[in-house]
Amino acid sequence: MADFEPVLTKGFGSLDLTDLAVYRKTGGFEALTKAMRDMTPEAVVNEVSASNLRGRGGAGFPTGKKWSFLPKDGRPRYLVCNSDEAEPGTFKDHMLLENAPFNLIEGLVLAAYAINAKRIFIYIRGEFLQGYRIFSKALADARAAGFVGHDILGSGYSVEIVAHRGAGAYICGEETAQLNSLEGKRGEPRLKPPFPANAGLYGMPTVVNNVETLMYVPHIITRGAQWFASIGPEKSPGPKVISVSGHVVKPGNYEIPLGITVRELIDGYAGGLRPGRTVKAVQPGGGSSAAIFAEDLDCGIDFESLAAKKTMLGSGAVVVMDDTACMVRSAVTLNRFYEHESCGQCTPCREGGQWVHRMVARLEAGEGSEQDLRILGTINRTITGTNLCALGDSIMPFLQSVMTRFPDEFKAHVTQAGCPLRLRKESAA
Amino acid sequence: MTPQREKRGSELIARYPDRRSALIPFLQFCQEEDGYVTDQAIADAAELVRLTPAEVESVASFYSLLFRHPVGGHVIQVCRTLACMLRGADELQAHIKQRLGVGHLETTPDGMFTYEEVECLAACDRAPCLQHNLEFVYDVTPQSFDALLEQWRAQPRPASPMPAE
Repeated sequence: MADFEPVLTKGFGSLDLTDLAVYRKTGGFEALTKAMRDMTPEAVVNEVSASNLRGRGGAGFPTGKKWSFLPKDGRPRYLVCNSDEAEPGTFKDHMLLENAPFNLIEGLVLAAYAINAKRIFIYIRGEFLQGYRIFSKALADARAAGFVGHDILGSGYSVEIVAHRGAGAYICGEETAQLNSLEGKRGEPRLKPPFPANAGLYGMPTVVNNVETLMYVPHIITRGAQWFASIGPEKSPGPKVISVSGHVVKPGNYEIPLGITVRELIDGYAGGLRPGRTVKAVQPGGGSSAAIFAEDLDCGIDFESLAAKKTMLGSGAVVVMDDTACMVRSAVTLNRFYEHESCGQCTPCREGGQWVHRMVARLEAGEGSEQDLRILGTINRTITGTNLCALGDSIMPFLQSVMTRFPDEFKAHVTQAGCPLRLRKESAA
Repeated sequence: MTPQREKRGSELIARYPDRRSALIPFLQFCQEEDGYVTDQAIADAAELVRLTPAEVESVASFYSLLFRHPVGGHVIQVCRTLACMLRGADELQAHIKQRLGVGHLETTPDGMFTYEEVECLAACDRAPCLQHNLEFVYDVTPQSFDALLEQWRAQPRPASPMPAE
């Protein structure tokens, strides 16, 4: 950890990397220059495959593998960059887009070159108006400098980038919903297969990659696959930007080598907890992940270690709850989220999400019953794994994990007709 | 369709391999002009991308940042998800509602402010946060909100509550 130097976030806070000249001084566009001069598209794919870079958007799929799936049948191919960051607790792409648009553009062009796409669409969350403006200006500058557009750096390769604003819908972060949204439709996920590699945007072969994933590509091309693969655990290599929020002294984005422990992240990077407080629960991978607890803090932050704890790295959003946090209240905010964001196509997600939220909200209001607790304890099997996309699978993990770990707290909301933490606070006051 | 809309519509269509992709950006443009998505905008969009108005309605109603009814000149969207809740969003929301005298998805009688509680805005390190006409405001306290409210009151007609670009 001591000898680790940030990659994407290097210079943040001291350099204005939205200025093309500044970005170039830090080595910007060297990777693209190298690829355009010396590398075939296959060589770019091979380098990224050898680095074992895994997607930073949530699913963790190997990027090189994703790029090599496209059928070679002469149809146009598209690259879509997913910048629709909305997973609760995740705020890394928001920061990366506003602070390092040229690194992203360089990654976009490299990836498009690797898969031989002539058009790139970047789907920017509607709420990121500022990010959209910063990106659009950078895109114009990069185009004027010959890094995007016709015959890039004299290589004969041409690619256009279109920045597209979302219009408010968490589900459009799901790749097939995003493709529908880009096509001017409701953001409803598609049935898979066919996968986007075969039938994606406008029915054509399409790769969808996350912002952070693409931003590591230029660095892998410049410094080599071995450099990247040597950081962190073998199966989850590389640096990753982790968003830390909630009850820590210094919430923020921290770029870490994967594999450090949750404890190191909270104490070493995020300033620890407020004085006198202890960890009650930690969501390690966004709103959709099951919580881990005080006894799990030595768990590594990487795909495999968190999977072994029956949770996930997801998008790398760590939300810390200390001993003042009510688990029922916390669950209410997340279950309300999934109720609100369900696209409504699949009954278990649409109806299940709504009922789960109603029951948890009832518990929080002191109007819940033993029966609500029983139903919440068994409803998982009818909701999880029964929907087109992963949104439905995200309704239960947090709730189930905290109900299992703190059964008495949930029960007390029924027997004391309200939140024991709040009642205690009120009687003390 | 007004000439401005026709011009913008053609520019947007040129960006994509399929004209339908211009639908949402076009509705955003209309919303910036009118403050919300009017019935005329639905009709114009349908004409532009060659769908029925009902199909355009179906798309428009899916997205939370497209308003089908008039909103205030100032749209205040306050995050209500976990990380903001842990850092005081509940208290902030109660304060704002009390100051504005309206609830979730309501507009003040003078038409100046629309209040909405929204899902995670991806700014959890500077919680609680809100957006004012799509501009982020971070680390909001009841006191800092009151100061902002004074500024906004002094500016009754901002360019648009929902800018498109």
